[in-house]
Amino acid sequence: MKPVSKLGLWIGAFIVGFTLFLAIFAPLLVTHDPFAQDLSRRLIPPFWMDNGGLTHPLGTDQLGRDYLARLIYGARISMLIGILTMVASGLLGTAMGVIGGFYGGRIDDFVLFAITARLSIPLILVALAVVALVGSSLTVVVATLGLLLWDRFAVVARVATMQVRTLDFVAAAWAAGCSRSHILLREVLPNILSPLAVVATLEMALAILLEAALSFLGLGVPPPLPSWGLMIAEAKDYMFFSPWVIMVPGLSLAVLVFGINLLGDGLRDLLRTGRTT
Amino acid sequence: MTAPLLEIDRLDIGFGPLSAVRGASLQVRRGETHCLVGESGCGKSVTALAVMGLLARNATRNAVSMRFDGQELMGLDEKAMSRLRGDRMAMIFQEPMTSLNPAYTVGSQMAEVMLRHRGGTRRAALDRAAELLAKVRITSPGMRLGQYPHQLSGGLRQRVMIAMALMCSPELLIADEPTTALDVTVQAQILRLLADLQKDLGLAILLITHDLGVVARTAHHVSVMYAGQVVETAPVADLFANPMHPYTRGLLSCVPVPGKVRPGDPLGSIPGMVPRVEHAFAGCAFRQRCDLARPDCAGTIPRRDFAPGHDYLCQIEPAALVTA
Amino acid sequence: MVQFLLRRLLVALLVSVTVLTFAFALTRLSGDLAISIAGPNATANDIEVVRKAYGLDQPLITQFFSWIGRAMVGDFGQSYFYRERVSTLIFSRLPITLTLGLVGLGIAVSVALPLGVISALREGRPIDRVISLVALVGQAMPSFWLALVLMITLGLNLGWLPISGTGTWQHFVMPGIVLSFSAIPALLRLTRSGMIDAMAADYIRTARAKGLSRMSIVLKHAARNAAMPVVSIAAVQLGFMLGGSIVIETVFALHGVGFLAWESISKNDFPTVQAVVLLLAVIYTLLTLGADLLNALLDPRLRAQ
Repeated sequence: MKPVSKLGLWIGAFIVGFTLFLAIFAPLLVTHDPFAQDLSRRLIPPFWMDNGGLTHPLGTDQLGRDYLARLIYGARISMLIGILTMVASGLLGTAMGVIGGFYGGRIDDFVLFAITARLSIPLILVALAVVALVGSSLTVVVATLGLLLWDRFAVVARVATMQVRTLDFVAAAWAAGCSRSHILLREVLPNILSPLAVVATLEMALAILLEAALSFLGLGVPPPLPSWGLMIAEAKDYMFFSPWVIMVPGLSLAVLVFGINLLGDGLRDLLRTGRTT
Repeated sequence: MTAPLLEIDRLDIGFGPLSAVRGASLQVRRGETHCLVGESGCGKSVTALAVMGLLARNATRNAVSMRFDGQELMGLDEKAMSRLRGDRMAMIFQEPMTSLNPAYTVGSQMAEVMLRHRGGTRRAALDRAAELLAKVRITSPGMRLGQYPHQLSGGLRQRVMIAMALMCSPELLIADEPTTALDVTVQAQILRLLADLQKDLGLAILLITHDLGVVARTAHHVSVMYAGQVVETAPVADLFANPMHPYTRGLLSCVPVPGKVRPGDPLGSIPGMVPRVEHAFAGCAFRQRCDLARPDCAGTIPRRDFAPGHDYLCQIEPAALVTA
Repeated sequence: MVQFLLRRLLVALLVSVTVLTFAFALTRLSGDLAISIAGPNATANDIEVVRKAYGLDQPLITQFFSWIGRAMVGDFGQSYFYRERVSTLIFSRLPITLTLGLVGLGIAVSVALPLGVISALREGRPIDRVISLVALVGQAMPSFWLALVLMITLGLNLGWLPISGTGTWQHFVMPGIVLSFSAIPALLRLTRSGMIDAMAADYIRTARAKGLSRMSIVLKHAARNAAMPVVSIAAVQLGFMLGGSIVIETVFALHGVGFLAWESISKNDFPTVQAVVLLLAVIYTLLTLGADLLNALLDPRLRAQ
């Protein structure tokens, strides 16, 4: 059992690490300007196909922009949205969950109700509507997703806090006269971080997929930014003749999300075995 | 003397590198209660599960032979085993609260044993179930058949388990600490019930317990297990009169006996814990906790006879032990 | 039991009111709704006309309560774009979305349950690993992209299924497959873990001690107890799928509620957007309520309370 899940963890970590590397060093890695159009060099296929060449290893899009450069810059958008959304929703959800789980009673009822209400709201529809109303930009997408994806953090943080609250060291801290905020931040929070780390990977993957879907529907990050979802939308009209135009960004998305999920699964196994032994 | 109903010859059970049972031999005769005694973790329950073929997937089971009514059980496939289980040999467990399926009524869980092994109509199976519920002294059996496990108390559930085990009139009933999880008064009722059923039905019972009081009240024969080995076997009166193995003596000294132990006197206790034993373990597993341990206790230990049907596993001669 | 149901009903009602408020607030996000409705080329005069016509000159609180009052009786006003009653519009589109959701759920359940059971029975073995891996890969694929890939392969290259539109049952197969992908991983994981827990339970040992057949042990004794959480999650997933149908209906040009929602969002048709948000939320709430009821029926312990 162990070697395989460890392997998954490493593969996941590699995929995420590599994408992060591409995102950070994008300007140093590309040989073409991802925004430079050249209508005389439209839809050149990638190198492994006939008529492909190494000048544009992954070919060019319908406006003659270098696909590899756009793909690498697209990693920036995905990682940026994924991480920022994860942090925003993580802070919000954890705060709600910890408060609900720690204080219990009416406060907890309210937190539970907020989670129930949030789950009933259709995610994509509301995100689309907000972006359409407020205007599409990276900030709006992150803010919208951050305000929508906190539910799982809250659920997990709430349950974990309820468990930790009853443990001896928390009782000891109360007995030692520690303040409420000290107990919350120093005793409770560090002990619920590991399950939250697993949730964080899940939410990051979800945020990346949702951004791609929003951009695909034309209400995510605005063109000409090279979001992978937007690249698929723009290339859609050509996909029946040159399928690679949607395969390249689509597979990139799938591999990245797969890597994040592998990382999350690996973390969960690691934390679980860490706890039992 | 007739052949025993259940005859286990040198059973070994392992879990990975650990050895749970080492060369345990055991005989249960028709119409007798055979008690298997020992501390937790000494291999009693796994021995029982091994007989039923219910060991976990990660366990390994080996034996020179294991016969049930003359039929060799070793090497019998799952299908053939499942025909024996519930029909000719049945088992009840320690945890009456969780051993019944919460999703089905008592009646349906009892009836399915009959339907599986004997066929017939559901109506007939339910009639049989009601009859057995009455036999285990449950009032208004007809109503109980329609109830779910969560509506019954622990004592009632254990009675249901017993009745369910008797559905096909098995020859052997294995009871794994059937009273441990119950209140003391209920314990006594269940034990009396088992004893009565045995007389009525001519059952052979393999009763697993760590409670010597239970042994004294119910057993015909006793086997004492320690760290996976049967260290002493004897008819019950012999065992209480002349315990030979130092471990058996230790166990007996932990129990207050009216008349022998005066109020206020300290009870005995055995220091230390049952060791975890690996496959390569040699010598007597009890030697670290034993007052009489000698250097040769690390060597091969012989099985010694004390009286007919009474033998024990120890380096020390009977004569030396009697005076010790 | 009755108390439990009343409590659940009360929560469902409160959630609906909350969503009602949320849906109202959502459309006021842009600041001035009148400007958005009148369109980019409108003059100041046009905007004032629109403001009056849609009652946007009233105080916000008045607008809010009049909206709630009308929404309670199913009146969501006129669609700005279609010049039709929003309720009529939605109910004419609802069958397509419900069909799609049920097809998706059907596919998801018939794939996830058997695979989950197999995975549980072969826990830690190669087949379990492979199934987990496949689930993980399925989870990673963006639905809109998967839709396009299926269009190219099943639609264009193999010619098995129509690429878009609504005419026949075949039109629902590809969208249904894509939609099912979002629900399969969760259903599969829950089935697997539920079955693993159930198979380790004491009552399974009892069932084995009774000599029951493997079939009866797995399907009758274990599956029944593993089914309860699966029923809940299936209801939740159906709710999510109906919400997620917006992407898939758009890609496949299925004219259901999701497609309508997308159109109204891009056409600034706010009454329709509000109504769809509310509708989907209410459907989700009803589904979870239904799942709780079903669980109460499945679990004798809950039924008795």
